[in-house]
Amino acid sequence: MSMLSEKRPHGMQDAIQPEENAPSRAAEAVMLVIALALGLGGLAMVGYSIDDRLPDGFWTNALVLTALSLTAHIVLRIRAPYADQVILPAVMLLNTMSLAMITRLEMDDMTGADAGRHLMWTSLGIVVACVVLLVLRDHRVLRRYTYTVMVLALVLVVLPLIPGLGREINGARIWIYFAGFSLQPAEFAKILFAVFFAGYLVANRDTLALAGKKVLGLQLPRLRDLGPILVVWAVSLMVLVGQKDLGTSLLFFGLFVGMLYLATERGGWVAIGLSMFVVGAFAAWTMFGHVQRRVTIWLDPLDPELYEAVGGSFQVVQGMFGMAFGGMFGAGWGEGYSSRIPFAFSDMIYAAFGEELGLTGLLAILLVYLVIVQRGLRAAIGVRDGFGKLLAGGLAFVMALQLFVVVGGITRVIPLTGLTLPFMAQGGSSLLANWIVIALLLRTSDAARRPSSLPTRGQLAGPAPTPVGHPGAGGAIEVGPGASRQDREAARQSMPSPSDEMTQMQAPIRYDGGDQA
Amino acid sequence: MSELTFTLLRLGYLVLLWVFVLSAVAVLRRDLAGPRTGRKRRRKPEPATVGGPPSGPVPAPAPMVGGGPRSGAPTRLVVVAGPLTGTTIPLTQSGILIGRAPSCTLVLDDDYSSSRHARIYPQGNQWYVEDLGSTNGTYMNDQRIQGVVPLPPGVGVQIGQSVVELQG
Repeated sequence: MSMLSEKRPHGMQDAIQPEENAPSRAAEAVMLVIALALGLGGLAMVGYSIDDRLPDGFWTNALVLTALSLTAHIVLRIRAPYADQVILPAVMLLNTMSLAMITRLEMDDMTGADAGRHLMWTSLGIVVACVVLLVLRDHRVLRRYTYTVMVLALVLVVLPLIPGLGREINGARIWIYFAGFSLQPAEFAKILFAVFFAGYLVANRDTLALAGKKVLGLQLPRLRDLGPILVVWAVSLMVLVGQKDLGTSLLFFGLFVGMLYLATERGGWVAIGLSMFVVGAFAAWTMFGHVQRRVTIWLDPLDPELYEAVGGSFQVVQGMFGMAFGGMFGAGWGEGYSSRIPFAFSDMIYAAFGEELGLTGLLAILLVYLVIVQRGLRAAIGVRDGFGKLLAGGLAFVMALQLFVVVGGITRVIPLTGLTLPFMAQGGSSLLANWIVIALLLRTSDAARRPSSLPTRGQLAGPAPTPVGHPGAGGAIEVGPGASRQDREAARQSMPSPSDEMTQMQAPIRYDGGDQA
Repeated sequence: MSELTFTLLRLGYLVLLWVFVLSAVAVLRRDLAGPRTGRKRRRKPEPATVGGPPSGPVPAPAPMVGGGPRSGAPTRLVVVAGPLTGTTIPLTQSGILIGRAPSCTLVLDDDYSSSRHARIYPQGNQWYVEDLGSTNGTYMNDQRIQGVVPLPPGVGVQIGQSVVELQG
């Protein structure tokens, strides 16, 4: 982390200029208050409905969560004043609601549910997110580490397979134990892969997009350009085979195909990706018992034999019963039987919410996720550099994909795979990793919304035909009538490197005059 | 806690949950229709997210750095006809390369233009236009130019579908 701060582009502004008129972030503050009210209200209702009193540690929770929200809000005000105002409250809402739910399951003496740990990891996640925002002033810095990050990601993926370090839990070998801590490295590998794909694709997208024949209206890439997609496919198959982790394997491959499409706008890649997925999935289905079992459970969960079987459909069916019991408006906080659903605190937490809050609550939760994803994609549209676009778009997409895989599995749209619901499922790695994702999205959206009069692609720089860019006094670069100091700095930074695709894609007009006249 | 209070609380909770969702959506809507004037204007969503052919849709004029405008001399190159009408490029000592290649100063997305079509550059106190061996030619006053020709301000130079001229 510290190396990022050292290497950050010089001249990035540390403080906002007063005349910049940064948004007050009032909307964020108000929504944070509502989010906290919902989370703590849920917690209080859980206590009252189960024990007729506030749950143990209610005030600690309230204090810690309020302090954390306030910290995050202040950090955003100072370090990312233009960042999106909806993301933080939305994530906070999901996280605090899951805290209430896990407390509720713990009060039912469910083994495994541990609200204290969840609060600890939440705090750590928020703190780490704040640190990322404080240290990483410009998301473009990450691009320098494109290939380092790739190596790191591959190492993280392989780690659980190392004997002695990795451990198999519930049939999946996705954990590592290190110095008393257990981690799920794939969650972090997800972020690193997104960074790597963004860096790789921004440099190579022209080859991937333009070379190749057109068949049936689909632009097909050349055979030799298939290398990277084959590598990622092999890695995700390795995850599937070696770690028996269907969900993560799907996530990695989906992330790559999604970002490839974002970068090239070629449907051909999606077609190729989907067909490779079908081939891989079919091969996995024929070869592995656990995949076959998942599919059978998906197709016919209510079969009594399957329901009774060890590793059978019990979990899925209990989730279905729970959601059915919840009905339209839910049983109310603490009034359901959520602790009967196996893994109600992690993989199946969505079903537990269905039981207590009903379809109305579930749809609200789903919409909150959708809002987060939309904000991520919005940041991707707004940001000017190709790397930022791909990074934010990829991170938002992978969150949407993960959501689909988890919720689809629980609601039996697709076979259940063991993925965690971001911010809701109990589990340190998932929480920490997803808070980092949020920090990166906030950072990108800050860059996207910072007022700037540098031209966006497809837009004219200034009110034409007024001349723009007369050299100002003292040789300063005037990038437009309303240019802020930041913009000028940004312009100066992006100018001297012609090899930099970020500038190439944004401004086809070359700065051939040199950066200092 | 009585049954009634609990039911009310339970439904009230759902209402508050939806209040949150709807207020988030309201912020989103405001963002879509956000004010776009003045210094704080928000950037309009781009039609294409990323990617696309390198010689992208419409090239935007970028700020240029260069020597100060000499008195009486033209200070900018303006596109007066064609899809890029209104685009203005400040003139610099290094000249302006016009064509379809993304490395050009003024990138034309025009099938009638060659990738490196023409060059406009200063020498002494005079600006010159030079056809760089384009396929469809460069025209001044409906005459196809050969080699290097002096270019006075206000005279249109036709390149493909676009006409550019120097202005003071």
